[in-house]
Amino acid sequence: MNPSRTRRLLGVGLAAALLSATVACAPGEKGGEGTETQPDAVKTDISDVGDVTLTVWDQEVRGGQAKQIQQLNKGFMEKYPNVTIARTKRSFTDLQRTLRNAITSDEAPDVVQANNGRSDMGAFVENGLLQSLDGYAKAYGWDERFPAPVRSLASYSGDGAVFGEGNLYGLPQVGEVVGLWYNKAKLKKLKLEVPTTTADFEAAAKAAAAADELPIQFGNLDGWPGIHEFGFVQNQFVPRDDIRNLGFGQKGASWTSEQNKEAAGTFSKWVDAGYFTPDFNGVGYDPAWQAFAKGEGVFLVAGTWLQANLADAMGDNVGFALPPVGTTGEAAVTGGTGLPFAITDASKHADVAAAYIDYITSKQAMTMIQDAGNLPVVDGDRSKSQGVAADVLDAWTTAGQDNALVPYLDYATPDFSDLLTAQVQKLGNGSVSDDEFLSALEKEYSDFTSGS
Amino acid sequence: MSSSLRSGRAARRQAGSPGEPRLVGYLYVAPALVVFTLFLLVPLGYAVQLSFFEWDGLGLGTWVGLDNYVAVFTDPELRAPFRHALVLVCFFSLLPVALGLVLAALMMRSPIRGAGFFRTVVFLPQVVALTVVAVVWRQIYAPEGPLNDALRAIGLDGLARGWLGDPDWVLVAIGLVGAWVGTGLCMVLFLAGLSKVGRELYEAARLDGAGLVREFWSISVPAVRGELAVALTLTMVAALRTFDLVYVMTGGGPGDASRVPAYEVYDRAILEGEVGTGITVALVLTAVILCATWLVNRIAVDEDGDAG
Repeated sequence: MNPSRTRRLLGVGLAAALLSATVACAPGEKGGEGTETQPDAVKTDISDVGDVTLTVWDQEVRGGQAKQIQQLNKGFMEKYPNVTIARTKRSFTDLQRTLRNAITSDEAPDVVQANNGRSDMGAFVENGLLQSLDGYAKAYGWDERFPAPVRSLASYSGDGAVFGEGNLYGLPQVGEVVGLWYNKAKLKKLKLEVPTTTADFEAAAKAAAAADELPIQFGNLDGWPGIHEFGFVQNQFVPRDDIRNLGFGQKGASWTSEQNKEAAGTFSKWVDAGYFTPDFNGVGYDPAWQAFAKGEGVFLVAGTWLQANLADAMGDNVGFALPPVGTTGEAAVTGGTGLPFAITDASKHADVAAAYIDYITSKQAMTMIQDAGNLPVVDGDRSKSQGVAADVLDAWTTAGQDNALVPYLDYATPDFSDLLTAQVQKLGNGSVSDDEFLSALEKEYSDFTSGS
Repeated sequence: MSSSLRSGRAARRQAGSPGEPRLVGYLYVAPALVVFTLFLLVPLGYAVQLSFFEWDGLGLGTWVGLDNYVAVFTDPELRAPFRHALVLVCFFSLLPVALGLVLAALMMRSPIRGAGFFRTVVFLPQVVALTVVAVVWRQIYAPEGPLNDALRAIGLDGLARGWLGDPDWVLVAIGLVGAWVGTGLCMVLFLAGLSKVGRELYEAARLDGAGLVREFWSISVPAVRGELAVALTLTMVAALRTFDLVYVMTGGGPGDASRVPAYEVYDRAILEGEVGTGITVALVLTAVILCATWLVNRIAVDEDGDAG
C-alpha cells in the first residue's frame, strides 16, 4: 500500500469518525425547569437573606433611561445593604444577540430584560429558562397595579406556545404607543382640527395635499416602520380583538377578512393619492422623522419614543393623538411596553430578584421614570407633565382605560417580522396587490396557528 | 559516542525513502497545527454538526438529517440570496477588475503630474470602514439626496428615484458602491504588476506600430495575469460574503430584493433562532467561495502555463 493511499484512507476514516460523532450527540442541552414560586413561599422581606450579588442584564443605556436605572440601582442597594447589584448594560440589539448564549450558560444572570416576542421571551419560556412570576405578582400586588393588556404582553402559557395569556414572565418600566404626531402650525394654516375619525383624517390629508403640503411623513427604507404604518391603518378598520389574535398568533382571526381587505385597500389608496413621502421605500426612518421635525409633513405616524426628540426640535408646535377611529367605532392603538424585566430559571436568588423588579417598577420609581422624560407604564402623574408630554401621557392613559391597546403585529410568529416588513414594502411600491399582500400574511398566520 | 550518534543518524536517513520528510518535521509545525485545529477545524466541524439539526440555540436540538441542505437548494427564499450574491459578483469583482486594469494601464503609459495623489484618492475607499461607506452612500442614494439632485440638475428627472427602495435598482445601487470600493485595490495591484514590465517592451511595440489598445491586450494584460488572479479572488470573496453594506443600507429590502447569504445567516441564526438553517447557509456559502476561488486560480494557471 503506498503512503498516499494510506493517508487518504486515514482521512476518510477520520471523516467517518467525525460524522458518527456528529450523529451521536445533539447540540445544546435540555432547558431549565421553568420554576414557579408559589405565593405563600414568596419572601418579600429580603433584608435577612445574607449577602447576595444580583446579576442584572439590561439595555437602559440611553439618556433619561440610563439615569433613572442608575438611581434606582443605587437606591435598592441602600435599602438592602446585603445586596450588591452587578449590572451589565448593552444596547438593545447587542442584548438581543447575546442573551441567548448568556441565559443558557452556567453563569446565567439573575434578572434579564427580554424582548416580548416569540423569538425571545417565547423561546426562553418554551425552554424553561425563565421563572413564572405569578406567585410574586400576587404577593406584591402586580396583578392589580398593572392593567391586563400590559401584563398580557409579557404572558405566555407554560410551554411558550400561547402568547398573550397564561403565566406572567416579566414587568416593564415604560409604555409606548404608535400614534399620530401632528404639526400644529400646519394644521392651523390649513384650518383643520386634530382628526379623530378616519373621515376627518382623510379629509385633512386631502386638504394638505391640495395645499402642496406633504400629508404624512413616512420613511420605510429600514422596513420595520412599515409595520407601524400599516398597523395605524389597520387600527381604524379591524376590530381590536381580531388584531390581538393576529398579533399574538392565536386562532380566531383572519388576515383575509373584509376589514383587513379594507385596511390594505386604504393603505394602497393613500399611497396612490400621494399622501405619503414620495419614494418612501428609499427614505430612512431617522431622516423621515427629522424631516417632520424640520417642518416637512403635517402628520407622522410613529411611537411615543420620539417624544424627547420631537419636543426638542419642535417645542410647542408638535402634538400627539391616538389613531383616528374608523368603521369599527372603537379606538385601537398599536403599542406595548419597554422590554420587561424577567427572572431566569437559573437564578438562585429569585426572592431578591423579585424584590428588585418590584422596586424598579414601584410608584416612586415611576415618578423617577417620568421625571427622566419617559412614559411610565403605570402611575403617570398628569399634573407634572405639560406640552406634548401631556398629550402622550393622556393617550397612554386613554388607551389603558378604553382597553384600546393592541400588540405589535410582528409578534405573531417567529418569521412574521421579516415577512410583514417585506410585504408592506412590496405593497407600498405596488409589486404585490392588496389580495396577494393579505394572503401571504394569512398563509403564515394560519400555518402557525394550525400548528404545522 | 559521537561516532555512534552519527552512524545512528545516517541509519535513520536511510530508513525512509529519499526525499521523504523526516518525522521530526511534524513537531515543528505542531504549534501552528494545534492553533489551526482549535480555531478553524473544530469550529468548522461543530458547524457541520449543527447543520444536521434543527436547533433554536436554547434547548435540545432535533436531528433532521439533510433537511437543512435540501431547504437551501429548494426553498426559493433561501435560493434567492445566492442569486443576489451572483449579481453582486459582477459589480464587486468584474467591474473593479476591468476598471482597475484600464486605470493602471493608462497611468503606466503616460506618467501624469500628481499621479500619487490620484492613486491615493482611488484607493481611499479601501481604507474607510465599510459601515461608514454604507452610511454615506445611503444618504447619497436618498430620494432627496445628492445623486437625485444631480440627475435633476442635468435634466434627467426621469432617472431620479429612491434607489435603495426600488426592487429593480437596489442591487445595482449596492453593487456600484462595491465597485467604488474595490477599484482602488485592483488598480494598485495592477500597478504593482505592470511596474515589473520593462519599458523597452512598450517601446518595441510602439516601434512596431502597436496602438494603445494593442499594447493593452498584448503586453499589459498578460503581464498581470498573476495579479489578475489575486484581484479576482479577493474581490469575489468580498462579493460573496457581503454583509455590512446590505445590513446598513437596506436590511435586505425592499421586500426581499437585496437579501444576501451572509445576511440570511445572521437573520436565521441570531435573530430568528433557526441556528441549523443559518449554519447550513453559511457552510454552503463557504463551499461556493472555495469553488469560486479554486476556479479563478485554475484558469489563471492554465492560461499562463505556470503558477501565474
